[in-house]
Amino acid sequence: MATNNPPLLEVRNLRVEFPTRRGTLLAVDDVSFDIAPGEVLGVVGESGAGKSLTGNAIIGLLEPPGRIAAGEIRLEGKRIDNLPYEEMRKIRGARIGAIFQDPLTSLNPLYSVSHQLVETIQTHLPLSASAARARALELLKEVGIPGAEERIDHYPHQFSGGMRQRVVIALALCAGPRLIVADEPTTALDVSIQAQIIALLKKLCREHGTAVMLVTHDMGVIAETADRVAVMYAGRIVEVGPVRDVIKHAQHPYTKGLMGSIPSLGVRTERLTQIDGSMPRLTAIPKGCAFNPRCTARGERCLVERPDLMPAGASRAACWLHDARGVGAPVPLARETVNA
Amino acid sequence: MPEGSYVHIEGLKRYFDVSAPWLVRKLERRPRQIVQAVDGIDIEIAKGETFSLVGESGCGKSTVARLVVGLYPPTDGRIEFDGNNMATRRKQGAHSTLRRRMQMIFQDPFASLNPRWRVFDIIAEPIRAFGLSKDKADLEKQVGDLLEQVKLTPADGRKYPHEFSGGQRQRISIARALASQPEFLVCDEPTSALDVSVQAQILNLMMDLQRRLKLTYLFISHNLAVVYHISTRVGVMYLGRLVEQAPTDTLFRRPKHPYTRMLLDTIPDLDMTGRQRAPVAGEVPSPLNPPSGCSFHPRCPFANERCKVERPKALPIEGGTVACHGIEEGRIPIEDRSYTARG
Repeated sequence: MATNNPPLLEVRNLRVEFPTRRGTLLAVDDVSFDIAPGEVLGVVGESGAGKSLTGNAIIGLLEPPGRIAAGEIRLEGKRIDNLPYEEMRKIRGARIGAIFQDPLTSLNPLYSVSHQLVETIQTHLPLSASAARARALELLKEVGIPGAEERIDHYPHQFSGGMRQRVVIALALCAGPRLIVADEPTTALDVSIQAQIIALLKKLCREHGTAVMLVTHDMGVIAETADRVAVMYAGRIVEVGPVRDVIKHAQHPYTKGLMGSIPSLGVRTERLTQIDGSMPRLTAIPKGCAFNPRCTARGERCLVERPDLMPAGASRAACWLHDARGVGAPVPLARETVNA
Repeated sequence: MPEGSYVHIEGLKRYFDVSAPWLVRKLERRPRQIVQAVDGIDIEIAKGETFSLVGESGCGKSTVARLVVGLYPPTDGRIEFDGNNMATRRKQGAHSTLRRRMQMIFQDPFASLNPRWRVFDIIAEPIRAFGLSKDKADLEKQVGDLLEQVKLTPADGRKYPHEFSGGQRQRISIARALASQPEFLVCDEPTSALDVSVQAQILNLMMDLQRRLKLTYLFISHNLAVVYHISTRVGVMYLGRLVEQAPTDTLFRRPKHPYTRMLLDTIPDLDMTGRQRAPVAGEVPSPLNPPSGCSFHPRCPFANERCKVERPKALPIEGGTVACHGIEEGRIPIEDRSYTARG
């Protein structure tokens, strides 16, 4: 992908906080990344890593009491994180499209598909009702809904899961957005349907030049779709780089462990690689590197000093292993972690 | 019952009546509606092996799991466990001995543990129910040992389920399942609610326990890569029927049924070999109204007239069975596939 163009989306030092009675929880901590026009950026992580919150912060749909505490989000150079609700509403849909995990909850069950598409098109584009309907039909054909002329007047419950997700994609593409934030778009679908949806998403983005931020926990989906990938852990990006490098030559110990623990159809081994322990709760993020209690390569420095992203191979990783001063004296894992 | 068979399932069927209420049916002249969730399945599981059932949602794999442990009575067919017909042994004494020897692990570790019970009581319940402990001290020792077996500590018994993460809760479910000293575990998607790094921990634990305690597993999953790692034999289900079963290596190296091949094609390519997932046209039809003949024919690239009318029988081939007219007639070439080769 063209990297010399100015980025379409710039996220700088984003922090998302949740004030609670027992103090403020930091769910997204100092996250920065860019997405170039037409690029697919995969964001992976396990549940609670903050990947969905990052996506929601970009489209301005953070659920209160969650709030952006610091940082900037710029779309085509213009700040969008501090816009009033009404202005953000105009950007959302027109310039940023959104696709969510469950296609049944992102469609209104009381209105026909044509109604929902036409409404969205007319909100963002100056088209007459009949022109909007013609565009809706065109979109449904484009996302591969067979018999679109008939099905356009059907209600969401008359579509199957895969077809519903196609409608949601059509809805996201309505006003020709520059960026689509897709949050687990294939997680609710069966594997055979998943492959169809991924192929569709890829094709549409290539044809329209739309950039995609693909949020998922499924490394397989990322491997097939993304150009670059950002791996998140406990609210921070721990590694970011071209998808091939991150998958084949992971630099951060967490990414390595994550890649090893995915069962693949390679050599059958007695045991899978496992990362002992589990991700820390937001109430108890460890000092230093958040991954240190589970990291077999940890040293004294990891316990006290928090690493930022630094060059590592073809990627960038937040790990002292890639720093000239290294991790310091090795510290073995605590026994509780192994059993956690 | 064939030699060496430990769990023998023959012609197993389970239909669910999902009709509207009687009055609505009469007023609106609607017929009864029956879902054929499991429609005639034969499985043999040998002692000490892991038999996996894979398939997409709605294919009936979880129903099979529930039938095997007796949570549903079958509509038709036989389930024999170590020579005992599960259907006829309804008398209390004999049945409870059999029940003790098979246990189940459920998918969702958040729903399958009682939130109001301490972990100790959750794990002690099967021991108490089957009267397996001599006294209180013995019970405490047994529960402590079980917790250590799943890599938790005896002190964790005092806690409540909400104090544990998803992976730890699944360990508690496993400890509970092991409490009655079973030989046969039915695992219904035990890792699909977990994150990958935790999934690896649980799969490793299950494989360790199997070796140590000589357990037999019936493993239900939709994830072919997981199944590849854990199973001895694999059965592929589609719309309530078993379309293919074979030893794991054979199934992944030389898949025969077109549906099996399609499922294998949809596994994401993590080795970045550049293999494109071949998106298959069509979707799983509604089990309320399954297609005639071979239920896969509307999506099958090899289907012909015979497939539309005649239901294929499972025929033995290369150590497994396949229910496909195309394979039987030799219309569909069987070839080695390189799904398992590293790129």
